[in-house]
Amino acid sequence: MPVIDLANVVYRWGSGKPVLDIPELVVHRTRKVFIHGPSGSGKTTLLGLLGGVLTPLAGQVSVLGTDLATLSPVQRDHFRARHIGFIFQMFNLIPYLSVVDNVTLPLSFASERLQSVQRSGLTPVQEAKRLLAHLGLDDPLQLERPVTELSIGQQQRVASARALIGSPELIIADEPTSALDADSRRAFIRLLFNECEAAGSTVLFVSHDRSLESLFDHSLSLQDINRAAVGEVL
Amino acid sequence: MSIVHLAWKSLKNRRTTALLTIISIAVSVTLLLGVERLRVQARASFTSTVSGTDLVVGARSSSLNLLLYSVFHLGNATNNITWQTYQELSDDDAVAWTIPVSLGDSHRGYRVVGTSVDMFEYFQYGDEQALSFASGGRFSDLFDVVLGSEVAASLGYQLGRQVVLSHGLDGAGLQQHDNKPFTVAGILEPTGTPLDRALLISLEGIEALHVDWINGAPPNALLSVSAEKARGMSLQPVSVTAYFVGLKSRIAAFRYQRAVNEYRPEALTAILPGVALGELWQLVGSAENALLAISVMVLVACLVGMLTTILTSLNERRREMSILRSVGARPWHIFALMITESMIYGVAGTLLGFATLYALLFAIQPVLQTSLGLHIAVTLPGTFELVLALAIVGSATLLGAVPAWRAYRNSLSDGLTVRL
Repeated sequence: MPVIDLANVVYRWGSGKPVLDIPELVVHRTRKVFIHGPSGSGKTTLLGLLGGVLTPLAGQVSVLGTDLATLSPVQRDHFRARHIGFIFQMFNLIPYLSVVDNVTLPLSFASERLQSVQRSGLTPVQEAKRLLAHLGLDDPLQLERPVTELSIGQQQRVASARALIGSPELIIADEPTSALDADSRRAFIRLLFNECEAAGSTVLFVSHDRSLESLFDHSLSLQDINRAAVGEVL
Repeated sequence: MSIVHLAWKSLKNRRTTALLTIISIAVSVTLLLGVERLRVQARASFTSTVSGTDLVVGARSSSLNLLLYSVFHLGNATNNITWQTYQELSDDDAVAWTIPVSLGDSHRGYRVVGTSVDMFEYFQYGDEQALSFASGGRFSDLFDVVLGSEVAASLGYQLGRQVVLSHGLDGAGLQQHDNKPFTVAGILEPTGTPLDRALLISLEGIEALHVDWINGAPPNALLSVSAEKARGMSLQPVSVTAYFVGLKSRIAAFRYQRAVNEYRPEALTAILPGVALGELWQLVGSAENALLAISVMVLVACLVGMLTTILTSLNERRREMSILRSVGARPWHIFALMITESMIYGVAGTLLGFATLYALLFAIQPVLQTSLGLHIAVTLPGTFELVLALAIVGSATLLGAVPAWRAYRNSLSDGLTVRL
């Protein structure tokens, strides 16, 4: 059973031209897939569809074998909270929460992920600290500081720990490295991959920066799979 | 982490605006509760003073005027009642007791009340309480004085202290009755009535003070009568200012009132103190209502201020909301988060308002007691105040639904990514 299975998915904003028309996109378990495309190629729309906050005009979006269209909006929210961890470009963290509180935040909204942590015999705080340590944030002083005082790289690692906690099946990363320098990008992705492999999570990584694609199992161009993008000159 | 926890941390992050909002709500809550508290307490204090008295009789005047000068020592008597009339009307079959009062002298701003020992016997205030002594006892000698608790406390007088009374009520340059000093024979327990601020002497004492006065003018050196000489003289009172009446049965109140009002030889007025107080409340009622309306308006203004604060914060918190959505928060979580925030404002503002009210009450209580003789009991919040508190928290929460709804809508349309 593929983790992501898109079939003939069409989406458009309002009544304009379709921005997304994907005949097929299949991602299997534990794969690390890189999707690149320039801005405006429909990346954000694709993530919205996978996250269940957008519903396609036509076609089928299946995540982990569940057709998202069969779920109510509330069920889709729940499904997302339970199965998907998100990492965004920047400003990923809640500024008024501590590092550890930011990491454990998804557990308050998805009891399955909380149970998954508890099954491992750790408390949420212990698990958060374990993940942070694996991602290279083990200085107790750093954990005490307000998240807004961390460097961008450190913030993105906190965001990764938050996406990974409770072992969701799918990690979706939207340009998480765009604010990092080249060395930090590679280091960040290696750390992320290590944790995803340990948890058995699938990674969908969206970026316009192709310098990273060699690190992934697969690389796709959104323009190649999105018929709506064909012919558009950007 | 619960939504309440999240809302609390979010507010802590914006603590300056949050604190200011809470303080503004607290101030308006204090104002509203304070106005209401003073209104209720002032009424209770006035009612308590006359609770044991069936009728008050004085020279003909408006009933309110009579009540204010005879019982509450506010303003001046229009005229006196002759001793003979007093004797005659006190002999009525329906009358259980009377307490005469004779006003017009003072001591350092406190009124002197000439009365009889019946004051200690029959006067009742509050919940059928009689006067009792903190120290000493009733006046027995001609030149004995009994002090109200407030007088003794603020002037620091003790038993045995010599007190010189003044002729007239207020202002500087009063004529002193310095040739006839009085001795403190007793100090009353606090009563919460105007008697706390009065000096009680016998009617004969009043007479002795004025025995050598002619037409309200002080005696010259030749005619002056010494204290010792006054003791030998006949000190039958000529008049009293007013008298309080206790009836054997309250059923007779209207008949006795009519008998007094129609008394031929002298123009008199008898009032039922409760009825006269009702007139007073009617008189001040509109002012009270205006004050209450203003307090409510202030509260409304503060709640709208809170609404403004939350609404302005919405835009800068849009990213925060979409992050919450991406980690699994449902739109209703966002709604709950926002409405919890207004609820925290409401609850914290109300609690702080109550705290301020009590702090103020404790601070202001002695001042009111000394300056106005108004006894404000610091009691636990009553039902009305609790209902009011709930209404304030409820309104804050209800108003919070406006920004909460907007945040809810935003979070639906923004989804997981927001472009700022």
